[in-house]
Amino acid sequence: MTQNNRLFGILVPVISVLLGLLAGAIIMLVSGYSPIEGYAALWNGAFGDAFTIGETIRRITPLILTGLAVAFAFRSGLFNIGAEGQVIVGWLAAVWVGLAVDAPMILHLPLVLIVAMLAGALWGFVPGLLKAKLGVHEVIVTIMMNYIALFITNEIIRNVLTEQETTTEAIPATASLASEWLQTLTFFSRMHYGILVALFAAIIMWFIVQRTTIGYELKAVGFNQHASRYAGMNVSKNIILSMVISGAFAGLAGAMEGVGTYGTISVMSGFTNLGFDGIAVALLGSNNALGVVLAAILFGVLKEGAGQMPTSAGVPTELVDIIIALIIFFVASSYIIRWFLLRFKKEGK
Amino acid sequence: MDPWVSIIVATFIGAIFSIIHAVASVSFRANQVVSGVAINMLALGIGVYLTKQWYGKGQTDMVSEPFFRTDIPILADIPIIGPIFFQGIYVTSYIAIIFAFIAWYVLYRTPFGLRLRAVGEHPMAADTNGINVYRMRYIAVILSGALGGLGGSVFALTIVSNFSHSTIVGQGFMALAAVIFGKWHPLGAMGAALFFGLAQSLSVVSGGIPVLQDVPQVFLLIAPYVLTILALAGFIGRAEAPRANGEPYIKGSR
Repeated sequence: MTQNNRLFGILVPVISVLLGLLAGAIIMLVSGYSPIEGYAALWNGAFGDAFTIGETIRRITPLILTGLAVAFAFRSGLFNIGAEGQVIVGWLAAVWVGLAVDAPMILHLPLVLIVAMLAGALWGFVPGLLKAKLGVHEVIVTIMMNYIALFITNEIIRNVLTEQETTTEAIPATASLASEWLQTLTFFSRMHYGILVALFAAIIMWFIVQRTTIGYELKAVGFNQHASRYAGMNVSKNIILSMVISGAFAGLAGAMEGVGTYGTISVMSGFTNLGFDGIAVALLGSNNALGVVLAAILFGVLKEGAGQMPTSAGVPTELVDIIIALIIFFVASSYIIRWFLLRFKKEGK
Repeated sequence: MDPWVSIIVATFIGAIFSIIHAVASVSFRANQVVSGVAINMLALGIGVYLTKQWYGKGQTDMVSEPFFRTDIPILADIPIIGPIFFQGIYVTSYIAIIFAFIAWYVLYRTPFGLRLRAVGEHPMAADTNGINVYRMRYIAVILSGALGGLGGSVFALTIVSNFSHSTIVGQGFMALAAVIFGKWHPLGAMGAALFFGLAQSLSVVSGGIPVLQDVPQVFLLIAPYVLTILALAGFIGRAEAPRANGEPYIKGSR
């Protein structure tokens, strides 16, 4: 049975992805585009040359981190819709420290990343605390925290970091993850060292969840709060801790954009969607570190490749959003996929 | 075209679209939060995709006949109350309020409402009493989708007059907050929604109100969200969700 579960654990996402791509092809056919041209454009948009590969990796980087953030909270039974707000405050904190502090790189860059994580963690701490102590639903509080993050960040950019400007100055090289070497390697894409940070974070998440007492308790709380309390675990502490760590991952994702890709922060008219996409990444990656990395790669490729679709094949980029939504939908409805697989297996015997 | 036709069509489309969610979360036993997230992404994707197909650009043309502010006949002439409540308003606001009362009546005063709440609280008990749990849940989701579609069309035809990727940003999430804020009661949710509306409009009209003139804009912008958190944490207390909320019902399981 366990072998069966593991098999399903791999088969369900793979089948969902294939079904999603198939549905995308059908949608393209129905609306009068060539699916082959469409997917060829997608492929070229993601892997066409060194530049696009660099840009694809750049896009994958924050998705890994927001995916880890959402997945980590999911592990303790918490739904962190607030990754979005945590990304924004992390981004702001990273750029702020980048601009305000003057230090050699070996101190400056780690400081930037740590402060971004702290900012995200703070934004996760509030809903965690309210959930643990007062039983307020974390979904509502994290949604509210997203808006608060957005408006406060815009205010700080306009009135603290600049004089009524919409974009800050660029951060100094000592705070930057950008790398001339990676850029020349990829025809001056915006690829930066952040991908290493993101992969390292995935290893950290795996280690915390699978190899530490903290991770064990977090998972236990996720499975059954009452049993965990009865076994002597401090449920409140674990809920808060889970949200704090989740927020730290998301804050780090913000730093990837702040000191990696852009080097600045601009007034935002709406959300970055990195946090919301993190939900999709976590779901497809079935909330474990390796799965999240793979799902982030898939979504990063799809989203980056989508940019090429309107020019090469005339297909609106939103087709990719539809495909991603359908993939999530199929993963969520995995019961029916399992049912089909089991039936198929029985008949095959 | 007549805006009334638009909102009726939108209600209908919302109902049909929600069937996807019902199939996933009722029949396929999907986690409904997950399915809901997927539906949100799907709706936005399809919406903008079709907009680009039909209009060849990222947003639709402006609606030529949206709802306009009007006075309600007779009621508008009542002194004091008339100018405050019945002059220069969107008729759709009253439709929304009326729907809240209808929802309350249906949920708490009819056999149908009792059954609907029963399958949300204790589906197994409802099942043993001969209520078709799956059917009730399908109806509930579809009604919810219809009201959601109505809400979207009213927003589009009163406030923005067109559709683009940024037309609908988080109103549904705010509605979720309103339901919990309102303690899972239709009239409570209406009260919460009125409160959100009031708080959000403060930042728009603050320039004309002496007390608020000197308050930095950002405080007014975040006020609705901060107040909601404070209200949930302090004054409202713990709101009990329907017990079986979010759980797929599997016949025969305990």
